[in-house]
Amino acid sequence: MNMKDYIGIGVLALIVAVMPFAVGNDYYLGVLVFTALNCLTCIGLCLLLGYAGQISLGHSAFVAIGAYASALLTTKLGWNPWAAMGAGIVISLVTAVLVGIPTLKLKGHYLAMATLGFASIVHVVLVAAVDITGGPSGVSGIPRLELFGLALDTDTRIFYFCWALVLVALYFAVNLIHSRVGRGLQAIHGSEDAASSLGVNITVDKIRIFALSAVFASVSGSLYSHYVLYIDPGPFDVMHSVLLITMVAVGGIHSIWGAVTGAVLLSLLPEGLSFLSEGLAQFNIQYKTDYDTLIYGAILLSIMLFLPEGLFDGIRRSFSFFSKTNTETERGQ
Amino acid sequence: MTDNPTRSFIVLDRLRKEFGGVVAVNDLSLNFAKGQISALIGPNGAGKTTVFNLITGFLPPTSGSITLNGVNLSGKKPHRIASMGVGRTFQNVQVFPAMTVLENVMVGRHLRSRCGMAVSCLLPQALRPEEKRIREASMVWLEAVGLKDQADRTAGSLPLGSQRMLEIARAMALEPSVLFLDEPASGLNARETAGMGDLIVKIKAMGITIILVEHDMELVMDISDNVAVVNFGSLIAEGTPKDIQANPDVINAYLGA
Repeated sequence: MNMKDYIGIGVLALIVAVMPFAVGNDYYLGVLVFTALNCLTCIGLCLLLGYAGQISLGHSAFVAIGAYASALLTTKLGWNPWAAMGAGIVISLVTAVLVGIPTLKLKGHYLAMATLGFASIVHVVLVAAVDITGGPSGVSGIPRLELFGLALDTDTRIFYFCWALVLVALYFAVNLIHSRVGRGLQAIHGSEDAASSLGVNITVDKIRIFALSAVFASVSGSLYSHYVLYIDPGPFDVMHSVLLITMVAVGGIHSIWGAVTGAVLLSLLPEGLSFLSEGLAQFNIQYKTDYDTLIYGAILLSIMLFLPEGLFDGIRRSFSFFSKTNTETERGQ
Repeated sequence: MTDNPTRSFIVLDRLRKEFGGVVAVNDLSLNFAKGQISALIGPNGAGKTTVFNLITGFLPPTSGSITLNGVNLSGKKPHRIASMGVGRTFQNVQVFPAMTVLENVMVGRHLRSRCGMAVSCLLPQALRPEEKRIREASMVWLEAVGLKDQADRTAGSLPLGSQRMLEIARAMALEPSVLFLDEPASGLNARETAGMGDLIVKIKAMGITIILVEHDMELVMDISDNVAVVNFGSLIAEGTPKDIQANPDVINAYLGA
């Protein structure tokens, strides 16, 4: 059964609980908040990409919709942040359905191109609709979230709140995967013809999982707004979609834990690289942040070459190799 | 219909399918009897698989109608037709390769279970009673096709013969009243083919109507109650296996006049 998944969620909860004590520094806690936000989006994206087999290069747009709904409704109309987040969810949901109806008929590269187009349209609107979105100068003065009268105004509190949502998202995802609906999605991935011959409504199910993943992305965007308190279109460009897909692919698209692994790893990598650059500086070797792209590329390339099922699967395999069990049920031919 | 009701369980009435200028199914009128094994045979390219795809909703007919027990099927989507009790397998096997053998069959219970997306997200598998029922019903079918001990393997790692058996188990989990089998013995060795024949007869004994497209004539003549021969999308002969074997038109169609 899937007891392992719930144990995994428990272990992650424990790690989250002790993390602020291990990391004294607010800066690093902040990095871990962004990590949580990426995890949230990637969990939804993994359900769409890894389980239902539908690619989306448009998820930066849903993050943006959540972020801008929160920012604009709170600053311009004085809405409560929770209501604004809810509105963001509704707008993302409706947008996902409207975008999904025509695009999810496409497959593979064509679906990638169509969703990419959607992401760049949303980005262009954010930059160009200056009167509404503030254009390139963005929106500032976004209020903080408040939970039962407790302001989420320290990094520790926000850290706990965001990671709690990641745990909830994981719990939802694990339940969904092991359900009638989840198996229907995996069936669509395996063979659309066979899935529909068994009564799976492939058109509707694809749109529903696309919408669910859009909601995860939207919540992540809203949290981003209320944490950073200032947003501009910069972080929501098409490259952010590509980064999200990379996270899921690096970790391993076939497992929700792979998505989490990838999101954590690639969110922390820039910090790791700045450590490296300080280390190298002691030996008088100059490391420029431009090299980051090179290292990202090298990592992606080596994972695709040596661990095509992703990092998480690689770790799992090496463990099962040592314990010499469970090899019968390994994925793949 | 002039035929008696059991003869006309599935009725194709002047069914036609054109691909561009090519007529794949040419005003084909054909009845399939309830509770019997009917075979649809003919040379390669005769339009047999196209007929299957028209009945199961994978292709829309150009004209004509298809009725199951008096209910019109033409123009409906595959998942709707599945919900009306029509199961099928595919000529090129279509198991879900990354899922386990058991999970493949569990997908077949899709229409026999209820939980929607919200309930599925909120409740763990152990707290959804339908999961246990889905698993048990699926295991029954795995046992029936002899794949019970392979339940936890990934379906893609099974040999072709077992994948064909799995496809049947999966379609049967739907509890269909009609089962369409598209070349179930294709690619199987003699021993596997015999096993397939036994399984098909066993399914018929459960009261399920079976329509079969197959090139293995020994199997067809062995198990079928009724055989229809098509060529160039038209019916050229229909009857018991014995009639068909003696029919000069059929011999012509296969050997070329």
